[in-house]
Amino acid sequence: MSVTVGSDGLISVRAGKVELGQGVLTALAQIAADALGADLAQVRMLPARTGDGPDEGFTAGSMSIAHAGPALRADCARVREAFTVEAARRWGVPPDAVTVRRGVFGCGGLTATYGDLAEAVPLDREEPPPPGAFPHPPPPEPVVVGVSVPRLDLPDKVVGRPRFVHDLCLPGRLYGRVLRPPSPGARLVRLRPLEGVRVVRDGSFLGVLGETEPEADRALARLRKAAEWEERDTLPDERDLHAYLRTGPHETIAVLTTTDNPPAEPDTGGSPTTGEPPAGTVHTATYSRPFIAHASIAPSCAVARWNERDGTLEVWSHTQGVHPLRTALAQVLGHPADRIEVRHVEGAGCYGHNGADDVALDAALLARAAPGRPVQVRWSRQDELTWAPFGSAMSADVTAAVDATGMVCSWAYDVWSQGHVSRPGHRGFPGLLAGAHLEQPLTYPAAGEPSPASGGGMARNAVPIYDFPHLRITGHRLLETPIRTSALRSLGAFMNVFAIESFMDELALAADLDPLAYRLAHLSDERGREVLRRAADAAGWRGPGQGLGFARYKGNGAYCAAVAEVEAEHHVRVRHLTIAVDVGQVVNPDGVRNQIEGGATQAASWTLKERVRFDRRRITSGDWASYPILRFSEAPEVSVELVEHPGTPSVGAGEAAQGPVAAAIANAVAYALGVRVRDLPLTREAVLAAIERD
Amino acid sequence: MTRLTVNGCSVEVGCDPGTPLLDVLRGELGLVGTRFGCGVGLCGACFVLLDGRVTASCDTPLSAAEGRAVVTVEGLAPGDELHPVQRAILEEQAGQCGYCLSGMLISAAALLAAEPRPSEEAVVRALDGNLCRCGVQRRIVRAVLKAAE
Ligand code: FES
Ligand code: FES
Repeated sequence: MSVTVGSDGLISVRAGKVELGQGVLTALAQIAADALGADLAQVRMLPARTGDGPDEGFTAGSMSIAHAGPALRADCARVREAFTVEAARRWGVPPDAVTVRRGVFGCGGLTATYGDLAEAVPLDREEPPPPGAFPHPPPPEPVVVGVSVPRLDLPDKVVGRPRFVHDLCLPGRLYGRVLRPPSPGARLVRLRPLEGVRVVRDGSFLGVLGETEPEADRALARLRKAAEWEERDTLPDERDLHAYLRTGPHETIAVLTTTDNPPAEPDTGGSPTTGEPPAGTVHTATYSRPFIAHASIAPSCAVARWNERDGTLEVWSHTQGVHPLRTALAQVLGHPADRIEVRHVEGAGCYGHNGADDVALDAALLARAAPGRPVQVRWSRQDELTWAPFGSAMSADVTAAVDATGMVCSWAYDVWSQGHVSRPGHRGFPGLLAGAHLEQPLTYPAAGEPSPASGGGMARNAVPIYDFPHLRITGHRLLETPIRTSALRSLGAFMNVFAIESFMDELALAADLDPLAYRLAHLSDERGREVLRRAADAAGWRGPGQGLGFARYKGNGAYCAAVAEVEAEHHVRVRHLTIAVDVGQVVNPDGVRNQIEGGATQAASWTLKERVRFDRRRITSGDWASYPILRFSEAPEVSVELVEHPGTPSVGAGEAAQGPVAAAIANAVAYALGVRVRDLPLTREAVLAAIERD
Repeated sequence: MTRLTVNGCSVEVGCDPGTPLLDVLRGELGLVGTRFGCGVGLCGACFVLLDGRVTASCDTPLSAAEGRAVVTVEGLAPGDELHPVQRAILEEQAGQCGYCLSGMLISAAALLAAEPRPSEEAVVRALDGNLCRCGVQRRIVRAVLKAAE
């Protein structure tokens, strides 16, 4: 049971989902409070840990509210019912005569609080009564769901109270640093002995320990000088990602075929297709995005302690999944999982599978050399920008045949990409960075494709929402690669929506039609139409000049339409983004706005600036100068329109804006410049090159 | 021994004078509100006020703070009070992960001390050395302007 009630009236909820900066614990607390009929102030959300609380896998994919919400609501409703029954028993009245509001049960003039009844209701001693075990008292009216309650974690954060795993101060703490190889293909060949430095080595995995942070840093500097590596050129040509991604071996992913008559076959390596040549005029275009880094402001960090007495390992981590991380650690360390406890502590703002799990293994490996003492490992900025998994580069061909009025009669889409998931536990591999560097390596394999049921990876949003009569959508996943990739906010949807929605504008323009009208003419989904119209109205849609982008995340999640206003001469600046979003039932309106604003700002950064840089040997974008992100002076104003559908299931907001914003910006830039840039990011160089090419 | 004032209290620190001020604050003095982000002055997570000027504590050695006054996020307002920008950030809910906030508070407090009624452009300029990856920049700008009202 994940809910306990104290005699002081405090209700503790052990969540299976973790706070990643997205405000999910606040939203879950709102759901819990309403289902309990309790006051929000008496609900305490406890961080996830392996030792107790539900195993809800990863907090990812914008599924937290959709998945954890109903389960939590049901748990809390059962607790409320058990307390109602107890109150009824005390007062000798039927349970359905008892009401509860703001944590107080009542019947006639009688009242009792959760705290008053707590001792008589044995929640933690036995399984909760199964649903329907007693007459259901009517659920209380929602009080806080749907209300913009303030984030529970922010008060600590504005006054600088310890809150992050970086701040965790356990007695006897040591500081650890890891010396990463200089390049993905590097191998440690020699290590000169070092006096007075506590070095930990296992194969090519190298770390140091220090009593203080400066001592650990100095030791790391000495270790760097003492290590000799053999390096190899293993990386592709960063100037030709199209060619790199399209040179196999590939796994072919048949995403969707609704016809044997696709418009035309892009050159996929020579296999001719069957079927008739398409009717209508054929248009085709090729788009791409580069590798993108998570680039959180907080570096990855973890604390680990090996307890000699009982052979247990404790880990404090900002992982997205305490249970999968525990399993992965057990695999790499050869230590039984039930002797490992992973506790969640807040850390970096998390936008996908970042270095959080990797640094937990680093900490465990270093802590093994100092039994009984907690070891805190913090990555450097360079580790963060070069060794955390990247979001994969992608390349796509879109081909459409249109009729005389410009309407699409058939559509083919081919996308080439590395995989988008290599999380701990994916296909049974631990997937932890240091595993690959150990004497007995446990290498992470090339990233795979999440199942279609979880929205796919490179195929995410590859299927357009529009009513196209004939479709063929194919993914081509690169099977061998020296570059580590995994889930980054919205996975393939960012690129696929950018490509589809850019192409929709190209088709509209070719047909001399308004981009908004053109989309509406292809769209029968009512909620989608409403979102498009709301965005256009709010932005005062004036037609081309403004840029439009639209999608329904994962095909079954949030609807999102974005309108961009840009200034583009040689340098692109996004002035304003107007975004309409439909996330079904809204738990916390301001929380949704905040997620959309943040997602849109980050998407603007990816679209305008970001690109992981490398030469044939090393990742070279290891600092904020070589991997710039959007600054205050570049951040667009974002207006959010919530299109509410109370009573429909809640879906996540965190990833909905990524693709629509990229497309909206690209479309606005295309009108402003008169040329289209199809390869992201839309940097000054890319814009100049496009103008020249024209 | 290096003597300096931190949040109004005079302290003596025995660390090597070359130690980054950030490590002294976090490790020696337990003031963990100041954050490490990059270590080379490029992100603003570690900003503090040094004699009233916004300074990256990650690449400022302890020796440079000798005899001077350091203010960290913990010292922006006396006791349990909140600085107007802290209050405004809560009112605007201008945070997500919150890791960047300490540094932004320092930049904003310095701006308001020098310019109690700043323009929006001035706010943006004052915060341009602070990076935020979660994308709360516009909310922060609104909060700082609100704090100035
Ligand atoms: S940590 Fe000091 S500026 Fe980044
Ligand atoms: S709120 Fe996360 S980095 Fe700014």
